[in-house]
Amino acid sequence: MKLLHWLLPISAFIIAPIIPGIINRVKAFFAGRRGVPILQLYIDIWKLLRKGSTYSHTTSFVFRIAPSVIAAALILCTFFIPWGSISSPVSFSGDLIFIAYLLDVARYFTVIAAMDTGSAFEGMGASREVQFGFLAEPAFLMGILVLVMVTKNTSTSGIMQHLSTSVWADSGILLILVATAWYFLLLTENSRIPVDDPNTHLELTMIHEVMVLDYSGPDFAYILYGSALKLWIFSALIVNILLPVAALPIWLQPIVFIAGTAGVAILVGITESIIARLRLVTVPKIIVSASALCFIALIFRIIG
Amino acid sequence: MIPRTLRNGVSVAFCEIPVFSADEFRYILSEYISGMCHVSSFFAMPDGDNYTIIAVLSNPDMSTIEVFRTMVGTEYQSLTPAVPELHWFEREIYEQWGIVPAGHPWLKPIRFHENYANPSGQEVIPGVTDYYRIEGAQVHQVAVGPVHAGIIEPGHFRFQCHGETVFHLEIELGYQHRGIERAILRNKARIPFLMQTAAGDTTIGHTSAWAMVMEGLTHTKTAHRADSIRAIALELERLANHVGDLGALGTDIGYLPTSSYNGRIRGDYLNMTAMLCGNRFGRNLVRPGGVLYDMDTDLIEKLRAKLAEIYDDTISSVELLWQTPSVMARFENTGTVSAQAARETGLVGVAARASGICRDVRTDLPFGAYVGHQMNPVTFTSGDVRARAGVRWFEVKNSVKFIQEELEAMAPSGEIMSNPGNVAGDSICIALTEGWRGEICHTAITDSAGALRHYKIVDPSFHNWFGLALALRDQEISDFPLCNKSFNLSYCGHDL
Repeated sequence: MKLLHWLLPISAFIIAPIIPGIINRVKAFFAGRRGVPILQLYIDIWKLLRKGSTYSHTTSFVFRIAPSVIAAALILCTFFIPWGSISSPVSFSGDLIFIAYLLDVARYFTVIAAMDTGSAFEGMGASREVQFGFLAEPAFLMGILVLVMVTKNTSTSGIMQHLSTSVWADSGILLILVATAWYFLLLTENSRIPVDDPNTHLELTMIHEVMVLDYSGPDFAYILYGSALKLWIFSALIVNILLPVAALPIWLQPIVFIAGTAGVAILVGITESIIARLRLVTVPKIIVSASALCFIALIFRIIG
Repeated sequence: MIPRTLRNGVSVAFCEIPVFSADEFRYILSEYISGMCHVSSFFAMPDGDNYTIIAVLSNPDMSTIEVFRTMVGTEYQSLTPAVPELHWFEREIYEQWGIVPAGHPWLKPIRFHENYANPSGQEVIPGVTDYYRIEGAQVHQVAVGPVHAGIIEPGHFRFQCHGETVFHLEIELGYQHRGIERAILRNKARIPFLMQTAAGDTTIGHTSAWAMVMEGLTHTKTAHRADSIRAIALELERLANHVGDLGALGTDIGYLPTSSYNGRIRGDYLNMTAMLCGNRFGRNLVRPGGVLYDMDTDLIEKLRAKLAEIYDDTISSVELLWQTPSVMARFENTGTVSAQAARETGLVGVAARASGICRDVRTDLPFGAYVGHQMNPVTFTSGDVRARAGVRWFEVKNSVKFIQEELEAMAPSGEIMSNPGNVAGDSICIALTEGWRGEICHTAITDSAGALRHYKIVDPSFHNWFGLALALRDQEISDFPLCNKSFNLSYCGHDL
């Protein structure tokens, strides 16, 4: 049984890079193109790992350690994510807040490494990242609060195990509100359209991509892998909340869970295909509305 | 004291262009500009020990070109404070001949090369110059280019920003300077090739203007069929570029369907030009006297069928932009240029029409097939990205209709090339065409032997780059790529 829990993060490490691949294929379908192979990110990472890295003379050690720290923080995060009722190998009371902090460690290092390059573009990207990240935090924390209150449990695995059909019948609407808000967060945190455009090469409009412009070789591979894990973490949380995975027989849970994650990826792909990117000044409104959704859920919970 | 009035593409003896004193020149210029005229070309030419400055104004009301000149030494009183649209032209005169327009508000060369009058022998390094700068602890400067992330031409953009807001944008060009206008005078055999690459995406526009100039100087009457084929090629060029631009606007806002479909459809329009002359950009189609490639009934039928087919695709792809609220929200009120700003800075083409200024050479100074076949100019009033996209879309519709009608009326066969006569000596000829970006003005002046003495090309980008700088005032810096794409100006057409 112990082994089963450790299999979760290990499987996540292996399949996470497929998610960007699925998103790209969905986008290609909407654009009438065939698209890159689903496994492209594995190929890219393998290619980058075999290359050397180039460093600008203006950067310090911060720039060099950042990719490792970012990848490490996100890898650590993955150990806390349960799949339905199969709890994660590491779990303690309040670990969702620990996840929030690990995500912030990754963000912090991305930002200071970007500032370290001294580039005007990267500084602008960093300023946007911090602004949007700061606005996104309340949505995440209030969402956690709602989940804790609904399930009367304080660890991630505990929460997800207790999302039984009876909890769904009782407070399904709250869970839908939280999942919707967290879907906005997924788009924001993973630099997806409508907040950011992962495909653009226009330095002046980029947010996340501009901050990692100076990375090359293995460093960039870590960054790409970290981004894939982050996407996985957010998708996994949403699937856990939305799909009643915990209510299924244990052998079916991993299959439904992975299918659900792929479903989130397809949804992201569709979202990116049918709407244009927002003007940067209106992005905070979207993020704040995610917080508002969580806040509404919280009020419903408290008064009802 | 009146300017010499010319028709589009008709030559006159150079001595008929009146020479005004500096004061008269200034007075006439500002009088005509405050009327409905705008500056199409304004340049200096060596004349003995001094220089003659020639002003070429378009007068849309009368469908004429007004030309006059004045003599200057190495310095004269700048006209820019009175006529702001001259600011770029005066900087060019300063750059090329070292003539100082005293009192010019922002005098520096627009390209980087030794001036033609007194070469100093020192290398001029591109981009090394003073830039406008706003001082303050909270103001920061963002420099973009000249090397860009995309596969585009070089240009340097300097933003003075407060947070995300742009206070001022200075655009520094000149990295693509090839010295075309001088090369034209040196080597006659290269002229056709220089003309078709003056701005690579406007081959038909520039070669048509050059052909008209040469036909004017040789008093050649082109065959109706040749005019018609030129107009069809010009509209195909417009179609390909407008459709490509609408798709590129989609790319910049991350709207995938229009972005990728238009990329393909643009290629289809280019292929139609290739069906006509074997080259997707229309190289080697237009020559003085007519065109080098004819269309038989078979080709006419093929073009009509192909056009009908890809126009359907175009409609379903481009209409998506207007039906998607997130796209419209992004386009509206982004990069606005007011009608007043557009008029004062002398914008032309799509950018001018988007700001409500009805300025289109095809209707103002009709040439070739447009004399008998009227186009409806498209204008919008809002002056934002949506307006520039809208102008393009309605022009696409008009161009398709125009090509269909021209193909319908095309006779099965006919003359396509007239034999040019001898070039008239001591003459001037000015020809304007409406390229897809806007007004193209070519001016040729011959010496007594009939050889070219001076040749001046004004690409629409020359008028419009400053419009982009104005569009960015008080905008988000992240909107720059979108605004830039909505103008889509040429670097090499500007730098020549």
